This record gives sequence, C-alpha cells and structure tokens, in this order.
Amino acid sequence: MIISSLGQGLLWAPLVIGVFITFRILDIPDLTTEGSFPFGAAMTISLMINGQSAFTATLMGFVAGCLGGFVTGILDTKLHIPSLLAGILTMTGLYSVNMHVMGKSNVPLLTQKVLTDYLPSWATTTQTIVLGIIIIGIVIVALYLMFKTRLGLSLMATGNNKNMSSANGINTDKMIIFGYTISNGLIALSGSLIAQSNGYADIGMGIGTIVIGLASVLVGEIFLRGRSILVRLLAMLVGAILYRFLLTVAMGLGFPPDDLKILSAIILVIVICVPIVRNKLKTRKQLKIYLSQLTEGEQDEQVRSIKRPKFTKGVLSGDRE
Amino acid sequence: MFFPGTENERHILKNVSLKVYDGDFISLIGNNGAGKSTLLNTIAGTLPADAGSINLENKNVIKKSVSYRSRWMSRVFQDPKMGTAGELSVAENLVLAQSHVNTTSLKWYNKKGQLEKFQELLKPLDMGLENRLKTQVKYLSGGQRQALSLLMATLSKPKLLLLDEHTAALDPKTSRDVMNLTDEIVNREKLTTMMITHKMSDALKYGNRLIMVQDGQITLDVSGEDKMKLDSEELVGMFDN
Repeated sequence: MIISSLGQGLLWAPLVIGVFITFRILDIPDLTTEGSFPFGAAMTISLMINGQSAFTATLMGFVAGCLGGFVTGILDTKLHIPSLLAGILTMTGLYSVNMHVMGKSNVPLLTQKVLTDYLPSWATTTQTIVLGIIIIGIVIVALYLMFKTRLGLSLMATGNNKNMSSANGINTDKMIIFGYTISNGLIALSGSLIAQSNGYADIGMGIGTIVIGLASVLVGEIFLRGRSILVRLLAMLVGAILYRFLLTVAMGLGFPPDDLKILSAIILVIVICVPIVRNKLKTRKQLKIYLSQLTEGEQDEQVRSIKRPKFTKGVLSGDRE
Repeated sequence: MFFPGTENERHILKNVSLKVYDGDFISLIGNNGAGKSTLLNTIAGTLPADAGSINLENKNVIKKSVSYRSRWMSRVFQDPKMGTAGELSVAENLVLAQSHVNTTSLKWYNKKGQLEKFQELLKPLDMGLENRLKTQVKYLSGGQRQALSLLMATLSKPKLLLLDEHTAALDPKTSRDVMNLTDEIVNREKLTTMMITHKMSDALKYGNRLIMVQDGQITLDVSGEDKMKLDSEELVGMFDN
C-alpha cells in the first residue's frame, strides 16, 4: 500500500510543483490546473493512439499544458482579467478543447507502449516508481538550476513585489506569463503520466486537481520546511507522496471512491489549519516560558525588597519616617 | 528633459514644462493633492500621460514601460516595503538592483566575490547590514529597509533618481540619517535627483534647486543663490497663495 502510494505520489509530484510555482512563487491561485491536467492526458493518449511514441506524446502533453498556461497568462496580464477568473476562463475553454482532442469523453489505450514499458520488465509498481523518480529528478534539477539564474530571481521577485521588480527593470508581465506557462506544463505532464499509468484519458480527470495540488503543497510545507529553493522543491515531492498516502489510508478505512473528492477537500481544510494552530501553540508555549522567567525575576526582586522594606516604602509613598 | 503639456483626465498636471539639467538636485514641495507624486509617477511611467512628452537625453520615453525606463531612472518610494522584495535576502535584492538589463538571462546570479562587494557597499551605512546579507529583507526595520532601498536605487548609477517622500515613514532620527545618506550618495555619484518632501527644512537644506507645485502647475522654480535666500516661513506663506 505504501509502495503504491509512493509510485502514485511521484507521478503527481509534477502537478504539485506546478501548483507551487503559481501559488507560492507568483502568489496566484491558478485554476487553469483543472483544465491543463486533462489537456496533458488527452493530448498524450490521443497522440499515442495515432501512432506516436510515448516519449513524443508525453512531451506534447507538457507542451499542451504550457499553451494553456500561456493563455491564462495573457488573459491575466495583457487583458487585465483577475487571475482567479482568468484561470476559470481557460479551464472552461479547455473542456471543449479536450473533448475535441479526445473525440469522446473517455479514451482507453489499447496495446500502445507507455513510458513504463520501455523500462526492464520489473513489477508494475517498481516500474512506476523508477519512472517517477527519473522524471521528477529531471524536473527538480531543471527548476533548481533555473531558480539559480537571474531569470529565476526575476521570477521570484515578481511574485514577491511587482512594483519593485518593474522599478528594477523586470518585465513583470513576461515573468507572470512565463510562470503560468511552466506551471501548467508541469501540471499537464502529471496528467499525461497519470493517464498512461491508468491506461486511459477521461474528460473528468481534472476535477478537484487544484485541491489536490494545494493540499499537497501545504502538506509538503508542514513536513519539510526551509527557505532554500531546493528544500522547497523537495518538500513538494514529499507533499505529493504523503498526500497520496493519506488518501490511501482514508480508502483503507472503508470510504467509497465516490467520497474521495470530499476527503480531498477536508484534507485541504485540515492542512490549512494545522500551521495556524501550530503557530498559536508555539507562541503560547514561548510566551509561557517568557512570562515564567519574568515572574521568577520579579520574585527575586520582591525578596530583595523585603530585605529593605522601609527604604522602598519611604521613597515611593513619600511617607518619610 | 521636457514635460510640456503633460495632463491626464482629472487634469492633475496642466502645462507642466520642466527642464532638468544634468547634476540637478531638485526638491519638490507643494500641498497635498497638488500633483507632486503624479509628476514623479508620470516621469517614472507608473501613470500614463495623455499628452505631452518626456525626453530623456533627447529620447521621448512617454510610451515606454516602467521597466524600460528603469534603465535610466531609479525610484525610492515612501513606503519602505515598496522598494525591496521582503521574501528575498538582502544580497538577492542587491543583485536585482545592480543591473536593470538582461533580467531574464540564464546566467547564475551568485557570482564570485559578489558578497564581498556587497559587504563593502553596506558597511558605510553603519547599520550592521553587511553581516546580514542572507537575511530576508522582511526581518529588517523600516529604517534599514529604506536605507537599503536608497542604496539599491543608486546602485545602477541612474541618470535620474526619483525620491518620493522617502523619509516620511521614518522616525525623526532615522529620517535624518537617511536624508544625510541621500545627500552623501547624490553628491558622490553626481546623480540628477528629484525629491518630494514635506519638510521645508529638508527642502531648503538639500539640493541646488527648489520647485513648488500647486494645482498641477509649477508655481515656483528657484535655484542656486536665490534658493539660499529663501526661508521656511516664506515658503509656508507661499502655500496659501
């Protein structure tokens, strides 16, 4: 069970990193996710059915997601549509696009070779894990290197302080569009991998992905904290895997698959609350320590003042004896 | 530089024509809503001008974006939070300010010897910032952030430095320190500067030229000797007219 959620988590990790880029780096809740995830899946499966290799098809899935993100970026920056609405618009539009790409609402793979089939013939779970590690390894290394360049710094600055960034020569619109683009490319890559793993693409597979993404981002940040970009990227990987594990546990408790979506929502609410509660507890604990040190100090002073009561009383009350 | 006939819908700036000479240090004063900030924002590009032109070394930049103009202009805002990226470290902020071109280059931004260079830069501020290069800027105090903003704005050696009441949010002592630092840097780097201030004493003490803006128009423009003769009561008196 743990092993299978590990494999699934690895395949979901690009989505989590994609959501991380918009949500954490650019500070935008991007709903395009719900459209670009099935877009990647639809593109990949359709291309494979039409005879393309799994490599080309996966790559094209990534590119498809990039396009979706690019559109949202244009809507947000050039047309000044609020980011939340821009995401909803692209997501809605992509539904039709996905239907056209697939031709019907569910397209299964037949005998086509998926990416895991190119690996030695191990058990399916092992293959999934190895493929997941290879792909997420490439993604994390590439992003880590990108964030070490001036481009990455400009991207982070834009998300943090737009005014300051443009005053320092950064074309913030370009940076935001770039962020949307790679983010949704990664999300679509996840969709493409999940579709290959499931053996089909479905029009409804994007529903709830933004909740999954956000919850995984937060779970990751709860378990692995740090300021360096490498730690933050790895935290996303941890979040993706732990989130899958949480869902597997919930399923093991006997929840039917239909309840998965509400479980996702509840998990998101919980992980949003955990850091808040934890901070409160921490503050309270430290305050207690501080206050107890303070009162100890006061007691010392009281002891001292008892030793020479007359002086203190006399000076303070003006009652000179 | 010229700004003839700059105006916008509410006619905040009307027929403003101003020539800024190389090396000028201009203090801009005027009552609230007079259009001082609008003037600065129009020059920087944050606000679009409906008509007129802004010529920077004989090049009209009126249609250019803020980021394009930033190759020649730098700004320090009133709010210390505006001029720095709080989540990024002091060093990263300085990297951003160092060069306003090639902001999307794929070269590493951590260059060898860079930190030492930044330490040298920060030492004269005497705020202990040179030992806190890796600290996120959000943990610095308002005064430290503003001093850093100022340093960042002058790092790229801009042709024009715009200061928008940059000491207004600081306590009296820090405000004085930042003002002295401003004067020192401007004089050392010979920067052409436009500074908005509400402190008459600062307006009189610093700079070689004083401009008063009222109702979107320049009502007073004195420089050199004439400026020296002004005193603060005389100036406050002019506000009523």
